[in-house]
Amino acid sequence: MLFDIEVNGKTIKARREDTLLMALERNGIKVPTLCHIKDLLPSGACRMCVVEVEGRQGLIPACSHPVEEWMKVRTHSPRVIKARKTNTELLLSNHPDDCLYCERNGNCELQKLAEDLNVRERRFYGKKNKYKTDPSSASLLRDPAKCILCGRCIRVCEEIQKITALEFIGRGNKTQVGPAFNKGMNLSSCINCGQCVMVCPTGALAEKQYPALLQDALHNPEVKTVIQCSPTLSVTLAEEFGLRAGKDIEGVMYAALRKLGFDYVFDTSFGADLMITEQATEFYSRLKFGKLLPMFSSCCPAWIKYAEQTHPDLLENVSACKSPQQMLGALVSNHFAPLAGMSADDIYSVSAMPCIAKKFESQREQMTHKGITDVDLVLTTRELARLIRLNGIDIEQVEPELSDQPYQSRSTAGKMLAVSGGLTEAMIRTLHFLITGKETTQLKIQELRSGKGRKEYFVKIGEYKLGFAVVNGIGNVEPLISEIQKGRTDIHYIEVMACEGGCVGGGGQPIHPEKNNIKARAKSIYELDEKESNRFAHQNASLQSVYNSFLKEPGSELSLMHLYTTYEEREVMK
Amino acid sequence: MQASLDEIISRYKAGSRESLLPLLQDIQIEFGYLNEEAILRVGQHIKLPSSKVYGIATFYDQFRFVQKGKFHIKVCRGTSCHMHGSLSILREVERVLNLKEGQTSRDGRFSLEAVSCMGACGSAPVMNVNGEFKTAIAIQDIAQIINFYRSTI
Repeated sequence: MLFDIEVNGKTIKARREDTLLMALERNGIKVPTLCHIKDLLPSGACRMCVVEVEGRQGLIPACSHPVEEWMKVRTHSPRVIKARKTNTELLLSNHPDDCLYCERNGNCELQKLAEDLNVRERRFYGKKNKYKTDPSSASLLRDPAKCILCGRCIRVCEEIQKITALEFIGRGNKTQVGPAFNKGMNLSSCINCGQCVMVCPTGALAEKQYPALLQDALHNPEVKTVIQCSPTLSVTLAEEFGLRAGKDIEGVMYAALRKLGFDYVFDTSFGADLMITEQATEFYSRLKFGKLLPMFSSCCPAWIKYAEQTHPDLLENVSACKSPQQMLGALVSNHFAPLAGMSADDIYSVSAMPCIAKKFESQREQMTHKGITDVDLVLTTRELARLIRLNGIDIEQVEPELSDQPYQSRSTAGKMLAVSGGLTEAMIRTLHFLITGKETTQLKIQELRSGKGRKEYFVKIGEYKLGFAVVNGIGNVEPLISEIQKGRTDIHYIEVMACEGGCVGGGGQPIHPEKNNIKARAKSIYELDEKESNRFAHQNASLQSVYNSFLKEPGSELSLMHLYTTYEEREVMK
Repeated sequence: MQASLDEIISRYKAGSRESLLPLLQDIQIEFGYLNEEAILRVGQHIKLPSSKVYGIATFYDQFRFVQKGKFHIKVCRGTSCHMHGSLSILREVERVLNLKEGQTSRDGRFSLEAVSCMGACGSAPVMNVNGEFKTAIAIQDIAQIINFYRSTI
C-alpha cells in the first residue's frame, strides 16, 4: 500500500513495509550508507544514513527505521550533514593514513565519504591500536587496522553464507573483527569464498596477492608463462574498464594477455569441457552401479572446503574430478609441456579467476605433482584488470585474437560453468549423449536459469529418471543435505557453487557489484550459448583431439592420474 | 572435587542458545578461566559457531581466557580509586610483577586484572589479592605487598 510522506519539502510515495531508506532510494534520493547491505536485516551501526524527522529530537537512521505516514523528513539539512561529517571524521580518527599505499585507494567507501562530506583536516586524533595483519590464509589477507567495524563481513558470512567464521571480538575501542580466538584465518571455518572482501568498505579484507612473483616470471626469458582464463572472465573484465556490464571481450582479453607478455594463453572453458566430459562419465558409472549417489559437483573449491570440514562423511559422494582450473593446469604440465618440448618446471602457470578460493585450491597438497603446483599463481578479475592497466594497455584499441592451441576450441557448455545451473545444464547435455548415444534437443532448461538460491529439475534420460539439484550461495546447501540425510532419494546430481549466482558473483570479481551487473554477466553467457554452434562439451574439437592423442577416453588410466583428486577431512574451529 | 567440563555442559540442554552465558559462567567458576576446548565444546553443545561464543565471551569483562595465577591480584579502576591515583598503582604493580593487566606470570604465581569497582570506594585506592583487600594503598607499599606473597610460595 502506498502513502505520501514529505521529504525535503516535496511529497513522495512510500510503501508500508519499507524502511525509510528504501522509500528514499525508490524516489531517487541518495543517503550515504556504510554498514548497510541491501537485502539483509539493517544493523544501524554506522549512523551514516541519519536523517532529520520533524517532531523527533534525535536524528534517525534511515536504514533501520520503518517509514510512517506522518513523517516529514529532511535528508540533507545542515544538522544532518554535520552529523555525517563528524561520524566520518571519528571513523578516520584512528584510521591509518596510508590511503596512497592501500589496496583500495580510489575504490574505498570511507575515502569516498570523506571526500563527499568535505573532510579536509584531521580534527580528532583517536588512539590507534597496534594490529598485526593476518597472512595465514592462502586466499585472504586481513588487516584489522583498516577495519571500521561496520560488521558487513560478519553479516555476509553469517546470514548469507551461514559459515560465521568472523565475529566482533572484545568491546569498546579495543573491538576488532576476527575468527574464533583471534587466530589465523587458516585455522577458522572460512571457506575462502571471498564474499567478505566484496562487501568490505575499506582495505581491511583483500585477496592475497603476489605481483612481484608474476612480474619476475613474465620478464624472465628462461621461464615460459602460461595463463588460463575462467569462462566468467570474458564477460566481467569489461566492467573494470568502464564498459557495459556483461560485455563479452574474450578475444580482446586474449590479445591483452599476450601484450602483457604471456607466452601461451588458454581458455579454462576448455578445462570445463574436459571436466564435464569426465564428470558425466563418472556420474554415469555411479548411476549404472547405483552407488555413491547423489553425486556432488567438485568445481567450486569453497564448497569442497566446506564439505571437508562440515560433512566428511559425504566426501565420497563428491565427484573425484578436479576443477577445470586444475584439470587444465595438469594438462599444461603433463601434456602441453612435453608437446612443446619443455619440462613442466620451465613453465610458470597462471590462472585468472573470478574467485579467491581458487588461490587456496591451487595450493592444496593434492594439486601438486612431486611438490610442484600445477597452477602456480591465481589472479582475481581485479588483479588481472590492474595488471592490464599497469602495462598501459588500452583495452578499447586492442584487436581480438584467439586463444592458443592445442586447447583452442571450446563449447558454450563449458562457458556456462560461469553461472549457477550452467554446470548442470552442460552435464545433462553430455549425459544425454552418454546414455542414449544421441544429442538432446532440449537445450535450454528454464528451471535452472532462475535467480533462486536452490533449483531442482527432473528429467528422464533413456531409462533413467533423474533429479538434479542446483545450489548457489553456500548457505543454501545445508537444508538440501539434511533432506538427503533424512532419506530423500529423488536427487541424483547436486551442483554446488558457494557464491550467489555462481562464479559470476564470485569473490574475485569487481568490488561492490550491483545485482544487475551479476545478472548482465549471466545473461551474456546464456546469449553466447544461443549464438554459437558448439553447445556440447564432448563435441569440442580440441578436446576430442586431446583424447585421441593423449588421454584416450574419459576415465582412462591417464585421466585418473592427472584429472582426478582426493579429499581430506579437515579439523577447523567450527 | 572439580567437576569435569562434560558434567558442567550436560547441566544445560543441547541446542539452547540462551544458556550460553550461564554455561560460560559455570565453567569459569570451576576452572577459573575459559580455554579453547571449553569454548569449542560449548559452541558444539548449544549449536553456536565458536567465533560467536568467543566474540560474546570477550565482550564481557567477567570472562578470562588465561589461567589465573596462584595469587590473583585485582586493582580497582573505579571512579573513586581513579581519583586517588589507581592508574599509578596499576602501573607500579605491572612494573613490580613485570606483567601487563590481563596476563599471568610464566611461573603461574601471579595474575593481574584491572576491575571496575570493588565496592570499597571509601578506602580508595584499593587492590585485592585472592579475596583479601588492601586499602588506601600508596605506590611505595606495592613492592612490599607483592614481596610478602612471593615469600609465601
